[in-house]
Amino acid sequence: MARLLPPLTLLLIAAFCLAWLALGWVVPNRYYQLLLTLVPIWAVLGVSWNLFSGYSGLVSFGHAAFFGLGAYTVTLLLVRFGLTPWFGIPVAAVLGAVAGLAIGAPTFRLRGIYFALAMLAYPLVLTYLFDWMGLQEVSIPLQREHAAWFMQFQDPRAYLAIALGLLAVSLAISSAVENSRFGLSLLAIKQNELAAEAAGVDTRAWKLRAIALSGTIAAAAGGLYAMVLLVVTPASVFGLVVSAEAVILPMFGGAGTLWGPVIGAAILVPLAETLRAEFGTFLPGIHGVLYGLAIILVILLAPEGLYWKIRDLRAPRQARAETTPAQAPRPDPAPRPPIGDGTLLEVRGLGRNFGGVAAVQNVSFRVPPGEILGIIGPNGAGKTTLFNMLNGIVAPSAGDLRFEGRSLVGLRPNAICRLGIGRTFQVVRAFARMTILENVLVGAFVAHATDAEARQAARRALAQVGLEDKAQAIAGDLTTRELRLMELARALASGPRLLLLDEPLAGLGAAETEELIAVVRRLPAAGVTIVIIEHTMHAMVGLVDRFVVLDQGRLLAEGPPAQVTRQPEVIEAYLGRKWALAHAAG
Amino acid sequence: MSAAAFIEQAAQALTAGILVGCVYGLLCVGLAFIFGIMRVINFAQGDFMMVGMYLAFFLTTNVLGTTLLGDATPFVAAALTIPVLFVLGGALHRLVIARTTGLRAVGLSAEGHQAQLILTLGIALVLQNGALILLGTSPHTVLTPLSSSAWEVPLLYDDFSAVFVNQARAIAALLSVVVAFALFRLVSSTRLGKSLRAAADNPEAATYMGIDVDRAHRIAFAIGTAVAGLAGGLIVAYYPVQPFVGVDFIIIMYAGVVLGGMGSISGAFWGGIVIGLVQQLSTLVMPLQLQNAAIFAAFVLILLFRPQGLFGRNVERA
Repeated sequence: MARLLPPLTLLLIAAFCLAWLALGWVVPNRYYQLLLTLVPIWAVLGVSWNLFSGYSGLVSFGHAAFFGLGAYTVTLLLVRFGLTPWFGIPVAAVLGAVAGLAIGAPTFRLRGIYFALAMLAYPLVLTYLFDWMGLQEVSIPLQREHAAWFMQFQDPRAYLAIALGLLAVSLAISSAVENSRFGLSLLAIKQNELAAEAAGVDTRAWKLRAIALSGTIAAAAGGLYAMVLLVVTPASVFGLVVSAEAVILPMFGGAGTLWGPVIGAAILVPLAETLRAEFGTFLPGIHGVLYGLAIILVILLAPEGLYWKIRDLRAPRQARAETTPAQAPRPDPAPRPPIGDGTLLEVRGLGRNFGGVAAVQNVSFRVPPGEILGIIGPNGAGKTTLFNMLNGIVAPSAGDLRFEGRSLVGLRPNAICRLGIGRTFQVVRAFARMTILENVLVGAFVAHATDAEARQAARRALAQVGLEDKAQAIAGDLTTRELRLMELARALASGPRLLLLDEPLAGLGAAETEELIAVVRRLPAAGVTIVIIEHTMHAMVGLVDRFVVLDQGRLLAEGPPAQVTRQPEVIEAYLGRKWALAHAAG
Repeated sequence: MSAAAFIEQAAQALTAGILVGCVYGLLCVGLAFIFGIMRVINFAQGDFMMVGMYLAFFLTTNVLGTTLLGDATPFVAAALTIPVLFVLGGALHRLVIARTTGLRAVGLSAEGHQAQLILTLGIALVLQNGALILLGTSPHTVLTPLSSSAWEVPLLYDDFSAVFVNQARAIAALLSVVVAFALFRLVSSTRLGKSLRAAADNPEAATYMGIDVDRAHRIAFAIGTAVAGLAGGLIVAYYPVQPFVGVDFIIIMYAGVVLGGMGSISGAFWGGIVIGLVQQLSTLVMPLQLQNAAIFAAFVLILLFRPQGLFGRNVERA
């Protein structure tokens, strides 16, 4: 744990919480002390939302569900069973995790806006349910004896201290997540879920973990909120306003950053409360109007939140300074081992229909270990569909796929990646806002148990493709050539024995093509077998050992380059019947 | 409860479901322009409806009076909300929404959805609380003779069972059907409709085809807003308006649009009707307070099992 937490961050968290606590002795009266207490409570809810939605990019409008369950759990345990909140809040946190799993498991079938909308419905259903159960308003009775045991204090600063303690813990959790493979996997999901799957990230498992952890924190915040306000109603804990607060605070401060929710809460919560207190009596609603306007303004001026805006203003975004340690000179390429006798990959009678269209039909071939196989064919020949079946994105309609004798049919992309099949995409799927090293690291996590090993593997993979001096550049700023190499490195970092390359030469100039081909040519020496898709034949002739030619979803020809390129049906498929006839005649 | 009484109750719920369903259908059609076609998540849609409700209420009680137009007054008032809300929607789009949609959303993270969401939440807060400041919390309804009169339709299996059809609701439902159909024709067979669909489908490509994407989005947003206002004007004849009334309707609208299949105007209308039926029929078997919980449960179930909608084709691609 300690390794995951940068000491500077821990220090900052402690310093912030202590400073905020000190404010409790500065402000004049109980009202302001309560106000100071509400900030960390809402900040915890914001941190919880951010931990899930901010990093994974799946927007939840339903965090009130967790918050409200926590509030009602603590209240009902106390009112009905006389159990102390010191016990109730941990129970609420556990229930929050359970609720997270229960909500996440079915709802992760949905993507994008559909997911966001479904999340909206959960707290609303709970609102009506709790109303119907006769829990419209539950008050927490005053305990005169053993007040502290029941978390009841005369001095509001005690609540402030508890709230800050909760905030410190949730920030520490958030920071630990951010700095581990957990956070990086979520970021990868946010930026490109399909690529994350193909790089071996078990996207579903990470999302479930994230929503469970997020639910835990939100429920704890709700439980504490109930103890501070001493009364719970469905509208005050399950209401749309609570869900909105959970979204707005981190978005205002900067979603996907550790401090974003805290910045948002520290500004917006006092603003709203002060407006309510100052104008609420003679102009009810004025705080809502101003609050709304403030949100609109911030989104227009700083759509990604204050945190990023301030960072951009202070230091215009630039390629981060390079601090890679000096690399050992690249060793001379080892001699290429001979192609093995066995079968690494076997494709048997493979077919796939989309509606009435047969994209691939009855394709069979074998790939021995150590080979470089080229799959060529005109556009629409079914090459990419074939790859999508090989790495589990698309399920075959017919036939079988075997890798080292094991069937791949029915496995998800991340499982196939774990078996040792890596892949790159025709249109590069980069995690655009991460550095090159982080991009590659996502791939490296699959094959390496500890983060340190993964980091080393990622560096090695970068060295393999010759990008080691670009490790800290942001992927969004790269050229096509660098992106192709980066994606190749990401696939290599997962330690694949078979690598599927989908048109790696598309969009490259002649010199760049040469460079990429040189990199690919070195790979079999490192124990990687290659299957490569291209629709241009000439660049491939010198690279591959064997061609498989597809046309209109069928296997047209198979054999060494010199032989395949002379076959009339191949020439016909590429250049048309007339050309073939003319040349046969001439 | 005897079988006859149950059948009477069921027939009554069915009638009520279809009548409110038609108005929900119109609400959903309004949202379909904004969410279904333009893919803008608009949280203020319920509040646009609220503005329409208040407008219609004030036009009816303070401006038009009931004498001149007789029973038609509330419906004329509802119609008069259309231009006001159209201008409001267009202006809001130009000043605020356009910053995060259409072409400018290309390249924004999550296609600008997060930003849109917060923006429209902000607009919703301003509208709700603005209404609170200006108008207070007391609920208002437009009470006309129609609101309290009903046609009695006898059920033929015995002499005393009958279904009551509230006249205000029936006329509101009828008008909703007419307007929804007109909007359906607008989108499916006019030049404007085609440019809207093109701009929504692929903003970049539409630009190259000479379509002013920003303008198309603005028109769609304004139409969606105006329709919400009109529906509000019709609803206020039987549902009381207060500043936060929009929250009651926002899920109904999204449920209907998703149910009908994203991007489909006719689907959104049918979706609204289904929601109305679920809401009213659920009262036969569930406590009244859980009426809306039934809608949300149906909504989540539909999302999970048929995210392409009950009436839509499966158009989601990997």
